[in-house]
Amino acid sequence: MTVAPTTESAVTDGPAAPTPSRHESRKKTEGMTIAGIALRTPYWVFTGAVALIFLAPLVWTAVASVSPQPGTNQVDGWGFGNYRTLAAYQAGIWRYLANSAFVSLLTVTLTLLISFLGGYAFARFRFPGKNLLFLVTLAILMVPYATLLIPLYVLLNQVGLQNSLVGVALVLTMFQLPFSTFLMRISFEAVPRELDEAAMVDGCSSFGALWRVLLPAVKPGLITVGLFGFLAAWNDFMAPLILINDSERMTLPLAVSNLRGQVQGVVDYGATEAGVVVLALPCIVLFLLLQRHYVRGFMSGALKG
Amino acid sequence: MSVTAPSRPPGAATRRRTRPRGRQALLGWLYATPTAVFVVLLFAVPLLLVIRMSLSKWSLLRGDQGLNAPDNFVKAVDHRFFTDSVVFTLKYTALATVLLLALGLGLALLVQESSRWNNLLRASFLIPSALGLASASLLFYVLYSPYASPLAPVMDRFGLTFLGSPTAALISTTFLIVWRYAGFYMVLMLVGLQGIPADVYEAARTDGASRWQTFRKVTLPLLRPTLALTTVLCVTGSLLAFEQFYILTKGGPDNSTITVVQLIYMVAFQGQNDLGVAAAISVIVLLALILINALQMRAFRSEES
Repeated sequence: MTVAPTTESAVTDGPAAPTPSRHESRKKTEGMTIAGIALRTPYWVFTGAVALIFLAPLVWTAVASVSPQPGTNQVDGWGFGNYRTLAAYQAGIWRYLANSAFVSLLTVTLTLLISFLGGYAFARFRFPGKNLLFLVTLAILMVPYATLLIPLYVLLNQVGLQNSLVGVALVLTMFQLPFSTFLMRISFEAVPRELDEAAMVDGCSSFGALWRVLLPAVKPGLITVGLFGFLAAWNDFMAPLILINDSERMTLPLAVSNLRGQVQGVVDYGATEAGVVVLALPCIVLFLLLQRHYVRGFMSGALKG
Repeated sequence: MSVTAPSRPPGAATRRRTRPRGRQALLGWLYATPTAVFVVLLFAVPLLLVIRMSLSKWSLLRGDQGLNAPDNFVKAVDHRFFTDSVVFTLKYTALATVLLLALGLGLALLVQESSRWNNLLRASFLIPSALGLASASLLFYVLYSPYASPLAPVMDRFGLTFLGSPTAALISTTFLIVWRYAGFYMVLMLVGLQGIPADVYEAARTDGASRWQTFRKVTLPLLRPTLALTTVLCVTGSLLAFEQFYILTKGGPDNSTITVVQLIYMVAFQGQNDLGVAAAISVIVLLALILINALQMRAFRSEES
C-alpha cells in the first residue's frame, strides 16, 4: 500500500530515525550521491504521480475552460467564450461576484470582531457563565447544518431578513464562531499576561491594552480566523440555497450550480468550467499566499482533541 | 445572561489583580456580549425552535398550525426514502471514513520528513481542500460527464459511466470527497505524528523492531488521540453529506444516493414543503449524531485504558 514507499525511502536514508527533527543534518551528507539519487528515483516518481492526481483536475478545468468544445460558447479555437456565457448568465456574473464578495466580507468582518472580543473575554476575564457560554459556542459544531437552517429560515423570515445577503452572512458568522472563538482564545492565552497588565499599570484601559498591545500579538490568529471565514463564506452552498430564493441575490456557487441545464436541459459544460475557475481562483491564491496560516488553523483544530 | 448574577466566591488562591472582581466580571461580559448575542439568537433559539417545529404541523407556506406531536416523527420514519437514505448515508460514511483515514495517514507518512520536495507534495495534496465542496462537486460533475470529460473516449469504449449506476455513483462521489479532503486529514495526521517523541522510535530500533512492527506497535498506538479526533470529524462530516450528492448525483440514479440531509432538504423545500417533518428528521439526525459521537469517544477511551 501507500506505506511501502516510505519504508523504501527511509531505508535509502540510512539508519537515522524517521522523525522530522534529525533530517536536516542527514540530507546534505547523503542526498547528493549518485547512488542516493538512483535509489530515491522510484520514490520521486511515485510521489510525483500522486501529487499529479491531486493537481490534474484543477489544471484540466482551467485549460478546458478556454479550449474549444462542441456545445459551448467556445466551439473553435481557444478563447474566453465560456467566460462570456458566464458573464451573461441571468443577473450577470458581476452581480453574483458582488453578492459573494459582500457576504464573504461581512462574514469575515463580523467573525473577526466577535471572536477578537470574545477570545479576549474568555482568555483574560472571569465572569459568571463563562464556561457555559464557551461550551455552548463549541456545541455549534455538534449540530448539523440542516438542523439549524430549517428554523433559521423561519426566524429570518420573521425578522424581515428573508432572501437577504445580510441574513446569510449572519448565519455563516454563527457557524464560524466555534472555530474562531476557540482559536482566538488560545491565541490570547499564548500571550503572557504581564504584557497587558504592564500596559494597564501604565494607565491603559482594558480596551486600550487590547487594542494597542494585544492586537499586534494575536495578529497571526486573526489572519487564520479571517482566512477560514472567507473560505467558508465564499464557498458556502447550503445556507444561500435555503435562505435565498431570488436569482438577483444568489451567491456565486449557487449561480454556477444553477447555470447547468439552463438551455433546454442541455448542460453547458464549458460555462460550468469557467464558473469553477472563477470560484476556485481566489481560494487557491489565498491558499498559496497564506499557506502557513492555513495549516496552523488545521493544527489548532487537531490540538483540541 | 444577566450581569447581576452573583460573582464567584473569591478562591483560595488570591490573584493579585489590579481590577476588583465585580468590575472584572462586568468587563468580561461586555467583551463576551457579541458572542453571547450570536450564540443565543442564531444558535440556541433556532435549536429550541426546531424542536418545537418537529412537534407542530408546520408547512413551508402556511407556517405554524399548532402542535401535532408525534405525527411528524411518524411521517418522517414512514417516509418512503427514510430507511434507504439512512442505509445509504451509513454506507457512504463507512466507505469515506475508512478511505480518508487510511489515505490521510498514508500521505502523512509519505511526506513526513521535511524537505523541499515533500513541502511541494504537501502543498499539492492540500490545494484541493482550499476549494469549496460545491466548487469541487461542480468540477467533478464536468469531469464525470460523458460529453465534456477528458475520459469520454475511455468511457465510450468500455461502456463505462461514472454516475450511471448506484455503485458507480457512490464510488465516483467518494473519489471526489477523497480528492477534496485527503490533504486535510494528512495535515491532522502529520500533527499527530510529530507529537510522537523520537526516543520511542530509537528504543524500538534498539530492540530490533522491523518497520512494520514499529508502525503497528509504536506509531498506531501513540497516534490514538489523533485517530480518535479524525474519526469523529470524518464520521460527522460524512453523515451530514449534502452538497456532493445534491450537485453531482441529485440523489440519482433511481433515488439510490439520497443522504439524510438531502432528504431533509427535499421534504422541506422540494415538493412536500413540510417543515414540520423536515424538523423531525433534523432532530432525529441531531440525536443520532450525539449518540454516535458519544459512542466513538467512549470506544476510543476504553481502548486506551
